Amino acid sequence: MASTPMIEVTDLRKSYGGRPAVDRVSFTVEEGEIFGVLGPNGAGKTTTVECVEGLRVPDAGRVRVTGLDPVTEHAATRQVLGAQLQESELQAKLTVREALELYAAFYTRPLDWRPLAERLGLTDKLTTRFAKLSGGQKQRLFIALALIGNPRIVVLDELTTGLDPRARRDTWELIEDIRANGVTVLLVTHFMEEAQRLCDRIAVIDKGRVAALDTPAGLIRRSAGATVISFTPSARLDDRDLNALPGLASVEYKDGRVTLSGTDETVNAVITLLARTHVTAHQLRVTDATLDDAFLDLTKDATTTTGATEDATKAPSNDTTKEAAA
Amino acid sequence: MSTALGNTALGRTALGKTALVNPAVLKSEVRLFRREPGSLFWILGFPTLLLVILGSIPAFRDADPDFGGLRPVDAYVPVSVLLGLTVGGLQAMPQTLTGYRERGILRRMSTTPVRPAALLSAQMLLYGGAALTSSLLALAVGRFAFDVRLPEQPFGYALALVLAVLAALALGAVISALSRTTKIAGAIGSAVFFPAMFCAGVWMPVQTMPDVLARVVGYTPFGAAAEALNQAAAGDWPGWGHLGVLVAWTVLLTAAASRWFRWE
Repeated sequence: MASTPMIEVTDLRKSYGGRPAVDRVSFTVEEGEIFGVLGPNGAGKTTTVECVEGLRVPDAGRVRVTGLDPVTEHAATRQVLGAQLQESELQAKLTVREALELYAAFYTRPLDWRPLAERLGLTDKLTTRFAKLSGGQKQRLFIALALIGNPRIVVLDELTTGLDPRARRDTWELIEDIRANGVTVLLVTHFMEEAQRLCDRIAVIDKGRVAALDTPAGLIRRSAGATVISFTPSARLDDRDLNALPGLASVEYKDGRVTLSGTDETVNAVITLLARTHVTAHQLRVTDATLDDAFLDLTKDATTTTGATEDATKAPSNDTTKEAAA
Repeated sequence: MSTALGNTALGRTALGKTALVNPAVLKSEVRLFRREPGSLFWILGFPTLLLVILGSIPAFRDADPDFGGLRPVDAYVPVSVLLGLTVGGLQAMPQTLTGYRERGILRRMSTTPVRPAALLSAQMLLYGGAALTSSLLALAVGRFAFDVRLPEQPFGYALALVLAVLAALALGAVISALSRTTKIAGAIGSAVFFPAMFCAGVWMPVQTMPDVLARVVGYTPFGAAAEALNQAAAGDWPGWGHLGVLVAWTVLLTAAASRWFRWE
């Protein structure tokens, strides 16, 4: 084994009142990654990261943060892990500067809050009280507080929820900037666009389990219908010919336009089919499916089969999941 | 002891090995307290103001047999002394603490190396300190403006006062433990506040209460505190019975608070 992983979660389980919220979740986050935890609301994302943060005690399984146990090695873990929480505020009358100074005093090797405030665009808000900040400013302050202890890992939970598109994009740049400074990022989100843009790898959590773990491109590739072909044919194509296309995931006819989803193989077969039947394809478009499509596909699978975890272990690039196999 | 305080992860982290009092947190809470004009007035100003108003009534400066030969203004000094700690302990502190829990401030602190218990201890030191300051102010104004004699048994007086502050803080902690929201904390705080003021003697100093009533009130924390302060003011060592009542309440309430307090 090379270096200690930044975060190691193995067979994590946590139930509330007998109902499992997290059921045998495993993943590993390596240094310098932006690792996404993606899933529908109530899938167990927040419970999982709360166990990583040491805010909850797992019922079973193992959680390590740079090799430390977040529950028993509380203070040491918090020196290396900064967290921005969902729905958590500050004292209404505390100013930005006071909050930064206060939180800096909690750590043994804090960052200088001045450049940090500058980086987060808070310099002209230093004397503003928390209650008077806008949603975006509050979020930036929380990021600053998560970073002030000079952590090696930062956990960002639903960071951009409630932000306008402009502020969201600014926040994304900020996250990339954080990683560029050598901090590993664990990002919890339910925005596909955000995960696709930022994350090196993503664990899709659904119903308390890891439904898939891969790079964004890998997840898209893996889902049925990773490629979308659409065109307006000069003549109607035979349904049997279309349904016989290799790798086809779905066919849709609408207003004379055909939309097919499938694989690269499907694309070639369609072109061959068109040539063979002398049909011209107007406005032919071939696009990659988005993570959104992949996500819906993956979480749909998990609702109809119980094979979610097996699915994760079968994945080719899924080298860090040690589910069910054990 | 398996208590609600200790059996959650937050509870465990909240009560861990790190120092319970964090100077930076305390400093920050004192600064925030100074930004609350309402709390400043009702805790620090109002008790002494009440004393000044009552003392300005000429009849209150004449000895009265109902007050055991004391002047009413003399009897109202211990009442003013207790008033600040009732407002701070039962009204201000529970609402602040409940708000800190409700708005996730305790939770945010638990993601740092400092435990959220540091906020609790800072709040207790802050309101305890404010209550004592308020008491000293009332004593000083009583002495210089109305010639009320300072306590003749100062050590007994200080002991009774400190025990009263502890009982008030413990009662405040219970209110905060039982209240899910700031609004509920405000409602319970007020419901407890008026009986507490009555027992402390705001409407009728304990010396003037009918015997049976005085005896019953003597078993309440603020009634016992008023009696103990009166005895020490007169130069006697405060009765162990009264001090015992205060200690018993403090122990009981602290146990209840640590049983029911939730960090989130």
